[in-house]
Amino acid sequence: MKVKALSRSAADYARETKSNIQRLPRNVDPVLHPLERAREYKRALNAAKLERMFAKPFLASLGGHIDGIYAMAKNAWDLDHITTGSGDGEVRVWSLSRQETAWRAPGAHRGMVKGICNVPGGSTGRFLSVGTDKLAKVWSRSEGAVMADGTTPEPVATYNGKHAFGAVDHHRSRPLFATSSSLVEVWDVDRSEPIANLTWGADTVNTVRMNQTEVNVLASCGTDRSIILYDLRTNSPLAKLVMTLSTNAIAWNPMEAFVFATANEDHNVYTFDMRRMDHATNVLRDHVSAVMDVDYAPTGQELVSGSYDRSVRLWDAARGHSRDVYHTKRMQRVFCVKYTQDNAYVLSGSDDSNLRLWRARASERMGPKSNRERATIEYAEKLKDRYKHVDDVRKVLRQRNVPKAIKRASQTKHDMHASRRRKEENERKTARAGSKPRAPERSKAILGVTSK
Amino acid sequence: MSAVGKLANLPSKDGAQFTKGISAASPEASGVSANEESDSEQLPRTLRDAPAKSDRKKTKKPNKRDTQSNVTEEEDEAARELLQRTQKYKRGAEVGGKVRSKKAQAGIDHAQKRRAEAAKAAARSEMLLTESSGYLEAEGTERTFKFTQRQIADNVDIASTEKMFNLKLDEFGPYSLKYSTNGRHMLLGGRRGHVACVDWRNGRLGCELHVRETIRDVCWLHNESLFAVAQKRQAYIYDHTGAEVHCLSRHIEPTALGFLPHHMLLASTGLTGKIVYQDVTEGRVAGEHRAGYGPSHVLRISPYNAVAHVGHGNGIVTLWGPQQPQALAKVQCHRGPIHALALDSSGTYMATSGLDGHVRIWDIRRFEQLHEYRTARPAQALDISQRGLLAAGWGRSLSIWKDALATRVDAPYMRHQLAADVSSMGFVPYDDVLGCGHAQGVASVLVPGAGEPNFDALVANPFQTPRQRQEAEVRMLLDKLPADSIQLDPTFIGRMDPRSRAQQHSDSLADAQARHAASRAAGAHLDSAVRNKTKGRNSTAKRYARKRNANIVDLKRLQEMERLEKDLRESTAKRRKGPLPAHETGALHRFYAEKNNTR
Repeated sequence: MKVKALSRSAADYARETKSNIQRLPRNVDPVLHPLERAREYKRALNAAKLERMFAKPFLASLGGHIDGIYAMAKNAWDLDHITTGSGDGEVRVWSLSRQETAWRAPGAHRGMVKGICNVPGGSTGRFLSVGTDKLAKVWSRSEGAVMADGTTPEPVATYNGKHAFGAVDHHRSRPLFATSSSLVEVWDVDRSEPIANLTWGADTVNTVRMNQTEVNVLASCGTDRSIILYDLRTNSPLAKLVMTLSTNAIAWNPMEAFVFATANEDHNVYTFDMRRMDHATNVLRDHVSAVMDVDYAPTGQELVSGSYDRSVRLWDAARGHSRDVYHTKRMQRVFCVKYTQDNAYVLSGSDDSNLRLWRARASERMGPKSNRERATIEYAEKLKDRYKHVDDVRKVLRQRNVPKAIKRASQTKHDMHASRRRKEENERKTARAGSKPRAPERSKAILGVTSK
Repeated sequence: MSAVGKLANLPSKDGAQFTKGISAASPEASGVSANEESDSEQLPRTLRDAPAKSDRKKTKKPNKRDTQSNVTEEEDEAARELLQRTQKYKRGAEVGGKVRSKKAQAGIDHAQKRRAEAAKAAARSEMLLTESSGYLEAEGTERTFKFTQRQIADNVDIASTEKMFNLKLDEFGPYSLKYSTNGRHMLLGGRRGHVACVDWRNGRLGCELHVRETIRDVCWLHNESLFAVAQKRQAYIYDHTGAEVHCLSRHIEPTALGFLPHHMLLASTGLTGKIVYQDVTEGRVAGEHRAGYGPSHVLRISPYNAVAHVGHGNGIVTLWGPQQPQALAKVQCHRGPIHALALDSSGTYMATSGLDGHVRIWDIRRFEQLHEYRTARPAQALDISQRGLLAAGWGRSLSIWKDALATRVDAPYMRHQLAADVSSMGFVPYDDVLGCGHAQGVASVLVPGAGEPNFDALVANPFQTPRQRQEAEVRMLLDKLPADSIQLDPTFIGRMDPRSRAQQHSDSLADAQARHAASRAAGAHLDSAVRNKTKGRNSTAKRYARKRNANIVDLKRLQEMERLEKDLRESTAKRRKGPLPAHETGALHRFYAEKNNTR
């Protein structure tokens, strides 16, 4: 007779000391896990619901400016500080960790501050500001004199322009910066006059942005609906792209040097490959009013945009619709947005003179996480991804409450689009076959491209 | 006479006393022997399971060619074994065919690859399992069914002998008994009103009470803190202290109870012949169905798909889901009343016993009888263990068969004689023990090879701490499945209908035609159900019926729609073919088809 009966010793399954974790032997035999698919689906639904339950994106509203914020700059060498310029000419540096003003220059400009940028390197904490008073000023938090009243700082250097400035951006490695006014001017920091004037037929240039990877390329956009790329080595334009409506802002992708995103008056954000601009690489459509600013996440995978419809939207750069929308009752027209360098926060400056700090992922929580917590979060992410096409889960994940005005406007927009499409289809039916080809959405808004 | 404290007053068990606080079979005392046992068992198992690395090193020989051939043979063997074990972990068939979109195809290929990898990894992880299953083997001329419990007790470790016991409770029997999902707790219900829950391994009595009413069945709810009792008029829920928590008035004269742990539903059937489902988390009645076959006494819940199997007096077994008003299936299993029913955990087999003296094994995926066994008297109790042993009890006899589900075996695996007639039976999950309730108490019989040796602590943990129990309770509530997700095929969730829309349409048309033909053959007329023109009063009910019918797409409607479409097509074609009138050269010209217009 050979016999053996199951006999487990409790000591084998108990933890040795109280500081140990409990032993949890696993057995993945499917027979022990009945109804696993149904349970997994239920867990996915729960994960989706929990994500929405914990979605509290708004962190802080930093007040201090007494006019709207129209310019903002983040610093690649300094995570904590962000510089803003307001309509009354004040420039402030904010400490994000302490959520307060770290430095301010009231009356830095007479009139609006239109552009701010940091001087790369970071050790001096220098930054540039330009305003409608035709002045470009270099500021420093650590050096530089203080005015007679003891608090108001003086600029380190001042440059006189011929026209009211619209934007400023600094070269990544050389002591050069570019400003936009009625033309794009390139300045050497050691000279009082611009070293190059770049024009290609615009009367006012809204924005100028230096590429931080391909450092000799810069892009500008003007009120003549054009986006122009210039090369600093030849001081000449490379290509000009004309769209149906004008562009308000440009952001270069920090990871893919050839790619840039534009914030357009036609409510859309377009991404382009500068090597082939006859069509956009992607059209991001969800805003219901002009997009005022756009910025890439440091990963280059995501975008944030601020719009005249009083909302901030976050986008996956490869998808066509926003993954989230942020708004508050008191936030007015958003004029500048930035993704912070740690990929965790989003900043928005708006007409109501407040700088707002948001989470980049609404339901994510900061702080150290235990292994178990991290595993749970990863599992939930995977579940949501696996079941995102199932109706119930999708509905929970997509549901967003937006202000009535945005909701109504998006409905109206949807109806208008549908109606236009219907009309086009009807026309196509009665026209000669092939005489009305369908235009791809990605090239609809592009009127033409000229290369030099 | 009050029966509270009854168990404590009856120390008739050989070995362990069920006295509160006193543990006869303490785990510490038996720890050493059990350790040695499992160690000696582990060694060959590990070697057998993981030959790949250790064996390869050992077989290194100077002769290079020999070594290579040996190694490749071994590798082949290992690979073949792994492949075989991988089959168990494959979930569903692979998706065949190609889709048009390259991107989608790449996604499908990737998912398939990941699935195959996961199955392989799961098969590999088997070598991490620490326990091996029990066995009872005969040598020489011995027969396993000749071995008595005493003989077995002489040959197993002390901890296992502690699991054999008899409880003499001759006053309130016969007893029905149930084990909790982790096998740690036993719930007893004596026909004449005695209820007790026991942590049977430690011999610790949880609670004991007398309800002064007939008890027909007992059932644990989601864990050992609550249990339900089918009493004379209604079902009641008690907590682990024995306090009455709820009276479930919708379960009228219940005879059998079952619990669906993933749906948190308590199911019952009773003398009214109804099947009632009650959600124990919110108290709602999730479903109430009339089977229409009179009183029924047998109810089992399938662990595979959570479908309730109810045995009736006319030999029919009906399968129920809480939200479907009709039975999911009806199987004529016996010629006389069904006495007992058991289901295996893989969802493949069902065993039934009837008054006709047969135990029949069914494939419940195809509703086919596989084979049948004769018993000396009609079996009163049946159960299937986790590893597929089938136990049947009639009179005072118990018979246990091994491998009796897939194939027909001639001799039983084990036999046992009880002190009195058996009334209910249950294998202990994750243990080699069969519990039997009979007219004079309860017997616990050691059945080597019955239980699953390796438990999953996140599914059922026999060594669960109170904290873990609380956490598991929260998890169960979070993962509670909706009642309407119960189907015969539990994998229907997340499955896609691969047919094209046109195909779906034509299939539904064919279906409707087939139904129509069938009903015509049966002498019914679809169109005569509700007429639009009726003589007499236009009652609300008729109007409602007509309105409801407006949404029903039956054959007549489909034919009508098809006729209209055909008319439309014909008239359009006619108009297009018509000659171009000489006078029509103006704006209307475009409506006349030109010969070269291919659109």
